[in-house]
Amino acid sequence: MTERVSKKNTEDPQAAPLIHLEGVSKIYGQGEAKVYALRGIDLVIQSGEFAAIMGPSGSGKSTAMNIIGCLDTPTEGHYRFGGVEVGGLGRDQRALLRRNFLGFVFQGYNLLARTSALDNVELPLIYKGVPAAKRKSMALEALAKVGLAGRESHDPSQLSGGQQQRVAIARAIVTRPDVILADEPTGNLDSARGEEIMDLLTALNRDEGITIIMVTHEPDMAEYADRLIRFVDGRVESDVQNPVRN
Amino acid sequence: MFYETVRLALQAIMRNLLRSFLTVLGIVIGVAAVIALVTVGQGSTDQVEADVTALGTNLLMIKPGQASQGPGSTTGSAASLTLKDVDAIESEIARVRVAAPTSARSMTAIYGNENHATSVTGTDNRYLVARDWEVALGRSFYDSELRAGAAACIIGDTIRAELFGNGDPLGAAIRLKQISCRVIGVLEARGASSFGTDQDDLILLPIRTFQRRIAGNQDVDLIYAAVKENASTEKAKADIERLMRERRRISAGEEDDFNVFDMKQISSMLTGITTVLTSLLSAVAAVSLFVGGIGIMNIMLVSVTERTREIGIRLAVGATEGQVLLQFLVESIVLSLIGGLIGIILGLGLALIGVRILAVPFAPDPTLIGVAFLFSAVVGVVFGYFPARRAARLDPIEALRHQ
Repeated sequence: MTERVSKKNTEDPQAAPLIHLEGVSKIYGQGEAKVYALRGIDLVIQSGEFAAIMGPSGSGKSTAMNIIGCLDTPTEGHYRFGGVEVGGLGRDQRALLRRNFLGFVFQGYNLLARTSALDNVELPLIYKGVPAAKRKSMALEALAKVGLAGRESHDPSQLSGGQQQRVAIARAIVTRPDVILADEPTGNLDSARGEEIMDLLTALNRDEGITIIMVTHEPDMAEYADRLIRFVDGRVESDVQNPVRN
Repeated sequence: MFYETVRLALQAIMRNLLRSFLTVLGIVIGVAAVIALVTVGQGSTDQVEADVTALGTNLLMIKPGQASQGPGSTTGSAASLTLKDVDAIESEIARVRVAAPTSARSMTAIYGNENHATSVTGTDNRYLVARDWEVALGRSFYDSELRAGAAACIIGDTIRAELFGNGDPLGAAIRLKQISCRVIGVLEARGASSFGTDQDDLILLPIRTFQRRIAGNQDVDLIYAAVKENASTEKAKADIERLMRERRRISAGEEDDFNVFDMKQISSMLTGITTVLTSLLSAVAAVSLFVGGIGIMNIMLVSVTERTREIGIRLAVGATEGQVLLQFLVESIVLSLIGGLIGIILGLGLALIGVRILAVPFAPDPTLIGVAFLFSAVVGVVFGYFPARRAARLDPIEALRHQ
C-alpha cells in the first residue's frame, strides 16, 4: 500500500495531501437548537488510499462524506481538496470540482429511471461538454470495465441490483476521477453481490490508482479497505491501518 | 450542449406524453383561437375591400341633402339634382372620366304569372361605364331610345332568373305598374355586395322614360362619377364640391346642401368594424394564452418536485446551476413551442372551415403565424423560468435524500 501512495507522491513530494480536513465542524440550526454533526475533525487522506469510514447512525460520517464530496461546506475549519480551500468556493465551482475530480456511488444506486445504462454513464460527460461520439466510446469503455459490456441499452429496471450498482460505478469512473466516494455501496445487496462490488472497487483502487473513500456499516466490507476510520459523536474515534490487509 | 439539452427536454416530454399534452392544451387553444379569428377576420376584410373595388374605388356618389345623412337616406328639402348637373360634372371636371344620373323607385315587375319586387333605376349607358358593368346578353340603350324616352329596359341577372327562369328574356315585355317595357339586355351577374344587397336585383330604364312615366318630375336622385385612372379621388371630390356649390349658388360660409360620398370612406368604415371585432375577439383569445402559460408553470413546478432526486443526481455528477436551469427552461420552451405549433395548425384548420362558411377568401398571415410561434416561446420562457430556477437552486444533498 505504501508503495502505491508513494508512487503518486514521488511525482511531486511537496504536493498537498489529496484530502485534508482541519478542525472541520458542521453545525445545523442556531442558538438553543444548535446541533453539531461534526466536532472538529482532523483527517488526511492521501492519493491512492482505500479508506473505510464506519460508525453508528448520527456519528457524522455522512456529513463528512458530503463535505469531502464538495456537496456541502464546513461551518468551521478548513477542507482542502488537492490544496484548494473548498469552503471558499461557490456552488458552481464545487460542481466543477465534482465533475472533474470526484465520482459518487450511492447505496440506492441513484440511476436515472427509464434511461439506458449508456445514457446514465454518459451523464457526467454531457455536463463536461464531451462531444457525443467520444462520450459514447468513453461510456462503453467504463461499462466494459465494470463487466457490463453488452448491457448498455438496458434500463435500470431491467438490471439486477448488483448490475445497477455497477452502472453507477461506471458513471463514477467515466470521468476518470481522482476519488470515488461510495456511501454504503453494498447496503442494498446480498453478500455475494456485495463482494463482487467490493472486488470491483478494490481493483479500481489497485489498477487505476483511484482513491476510494467508502462509508459502510458492514465490518465484512470494511475489511476490503486499507484503512479504517471510526466516527462517534461527530469525532474520529479511531483511525487505523487495516490489520487484515497489512 | 444546446442540442443535448433539447434532446433531454424532448425525452422528458415524451416520458409523460398525456400529461405533456394536457399541459400545452391551454397554449394550443389560445394560439388556435387567435389564428382562426384573425385569419377569418382578415378574410372578411379582404372580401369587403374586394367588393368595394368591384363597385369601383374610384367611384363618387353625389346626392342632394345635408352632410349628416348617409348614402341610403332619403333626399331632404334641398333642391334636387338635374341632368344638367350630370353633364356639367362630366364636361367641366377633368378628373372625372364619366358621370351618370340615376333615379330609382321600388316597384313590382310582372311577366306572365311571375312577379318580383325590385328596384327600377332610370339612367343611361354612362351608368354601365361608371360601374364597369357589361351587358352579358343583348345590348345597351340606343341613343334614340334615350332621347325619346322609349320603353326599353335592361334587367339584372336576378330579374332574369326570377321572371324568365331558363327562358329567353330578350324582346319580352315586362309590366312595371302602368308601363310595359321591352327587355333589350341582361347585365352580367355580380352577386351580393358586402353591404348584403343583391346587386343583380335591378331593372334599368332610360332616365327620360323614368322621369316622365314613373317619377313624374325632372329630378336626378343620385349621380355616379367615376374618377379617371390616375387622378386623385380626393381632388376630384373637391372639384365636384366646388362645382356644385357654384351651380347651386351656395355662398361662402354656408353649408353644402348636397353630399359627395367616396367609396373608399365607406370601405374603410366597414373594414374598421371588422378590424375592431377581430381585435376584441383576439384579446379574449390572448387571455387563454396567458392561462395556458400558468398551466405550463404549474406542471413544471410539479415536475421539478417529482424529479427532485433526478436533479440531485445531475448536481452530484457536476451539473452547474446554469445547466440545470437551462435544461428545465428549454423543457418548458419546447413544450410551449409544440403547443404553439399544434395551435397554429389547428387554428388554420378552423380558419379554413370558417372562411368556407362565410364565403370569404382564406388569407393566412405569415407574420401572424410567426408572432404566434414567438409568443408561445415567450410564454415558455416567462412561465418556465420560476420552476427552472427552483430546480437549479435545489440543495444536492437534500435532493438526493428525496424519495
